[in-house]
Amino acid sequence: MAMRRPSESVLPGFGLSMGITVAYLGLVVLIPLSTIFLRSSSLGWSGFWQVVTSPRALASYRLSFGASLLAAAANLVFGVLVAWVLVRYRFPLRSLADAVVDLPFALPTAVSGIALTAVYSRTGVLGGPLERLGLQVAFAPPGVLVALVFIGLPFVVRSVQPVLQELDREMEEAAAVLGATRWQTVRRVVVPEVVPAALTGFALAFARALGEYGSVVFISGNMPLRTEITPLLIMTKLEQFDYAGATALAAVMLVVSFVLLLALNRLQAWTRARAGMA
Amino acid sequence: MSAPRVTEDARWVRWTLTGTTLAFLALFVLLPTAAVFHEALSQGWRVFALALVDPDALSAVKLTLLTAAIAVPLNTAFGLAAAWCVTRFRFPGRNVLVTLIDLPFGVSPVISGMMIVLLFGTKGLLGPWLAAHGLRVVFAVPGIVIATVFVTFPFVAREIIPFLEAQGTEEEEAAHVLGASGWQLFLRVTLPNAKWPILYGVILCNARAMGEFGAVSVVSGHVRGVTNTIPLHVEILHGEYQFAAAFAVASLLVLLAGVTLVVKRAAEWKTHAALSATRAAMREQR
Repeated sequence: MAMRRPSESVLPGFGLSMGITVAYLGLVVLIPLSTIFLRSSSLGWSGFWQVVTSPRALASYRLSFGASLLAAAANLVFGVLVAWVLVRYRFPLRSLADAVVDLPFALPTAVSGIALTAVYSRTGVLGGPLERLGLQVAFAPPGVLVALVFIGLPFVVRSVQPVLQELDREMEEAAAVLGATRWQTVRRVVVPEVVPAALTGFALAFARALGEYGSVVFISGNMPLRTEITPLLIMTKLEQFDYAGATALAAVMLVVSFVLLLALNRLQAWTRARAGMA
Repeated sequence: MSAPRVTEDARWVRWTLTGTTLAFLALFVLLPTAAVFHEALSQGWRVFALALVDPDALSAVKLTLLTAAIAVPLNTAFGLAAAWCVTRFRFPGRNVLVTLIDLPFGVSPVISGMMIVLLFGTKGLLGPWLAAHGLRVVFAVPGIVIATVFVTFPFVAREIIPFLEAQGTEEEEAAHVLGASGWQLFLRVTLPNAKWPILYGVILCNARAMGEFGAVSVVSGHVRGVTNTIPLHVEILHGEYQFAAAFAVASLLVLLAGVTLVVKRAAEWKTHAALSATRAAMREQR
């Protein structure tokens, strides 16, 4: 589509739709978000620093960022696998499996939380056997990881799936005819095409995991310094009416996740450019 | 069965990968979902039914329906306006606008709820003014509605924008040339064409509005029978060790998720068909 200035488009309604969009966006999103930075600046720099580097805050970042990265990485592996199988293979129950992928997205987080807790607690179907093997999942850090992998799964699958569907099989055939083994074909032809989409999915899963609250609070046990994620620490501060402290932590989370996503965006642009050149 | 193609994986690879996928989805996703119903019925149908007709549960259902009934139409109207604006016109700052629309997706639900408290709470920016006029937003129903509107803000816009972009403007321009007014072409051309993607966005928006937990939890104050939505009611029951009742109420939300997925499927399929039809028509013209 050609670039057009609003005045060049023959269609009416620019002023009205633009007015509604900007006014509603400002009212619902931008003004409320800006209050966070307004409030956290009321602490002053030293007060701010003290809150955001307290041992409890540092422990919560470690868990939140660490578990979110691990979960997004796990989703990258399983997501690409699931997408590949759903697109390339034909097997019974395929459309059911395809629908099941969306369940974590459609289930309210509180429901995912209590359901995962029931399954992975000591008395649960999986929690019991795992605990006998010496791995406590619910009410321990692995529980946080399980919840975050669960909620992040659809993001990678749904990012990669359309790319695999559009992928030109003739390229693979050409590679095979030219004598590449199947493994070489996959590595040299398929993987470069899939990487940008997989990274998008990874970034989405990571961002979602970082902010996640509902599914984690039930399964984590919420022990300060051990299984307390940053959103929960923010919640605790809010319940104690420590608004300045809560906003300081929120500002840290917003800035760090923004920077990380920006970095991933650059990485994605870079891989795309490289794939285009190769 | 045709001869194996060179682009096909060896049988053992296919079987291993398919087996792993099915096992992973069954154990990791289906099992927890099934556990909801198993736990809900663990003490029999009577406990299950009683949990659903409990007055507090009913009031939670009512509040959830009310919240969705406000948030979904608002965000749908916004989604239509935003989609029209960014797909039908090119203007400086357009990409920034599209990015800003997605912003609420990047904000933790807890932080979303906190913003409402910072704005409307007793110590918030508008708190004194609201108190002077006898209005209550935080720890009351309006706060829950506002938090839900924020959290579900991008859903409809996100689904319509790519569709309208892909569809192009030819039909609308034709209607315009033939003398249709702006509203006429919007109501007679754009809306009917985009009805499935709109439905798709609406159903996702609705699912999130009814299921939102974190943001609503911050602003609700958890007053039983007054400011509890269905997810908050589930949390309270779970916290009181009334597990069968908690899972019984949660099973309502699982059913909602099921309905959401079915409608989503249908809408996805119809959207795809509409786009292919547009592409075919465009090819024919050339």
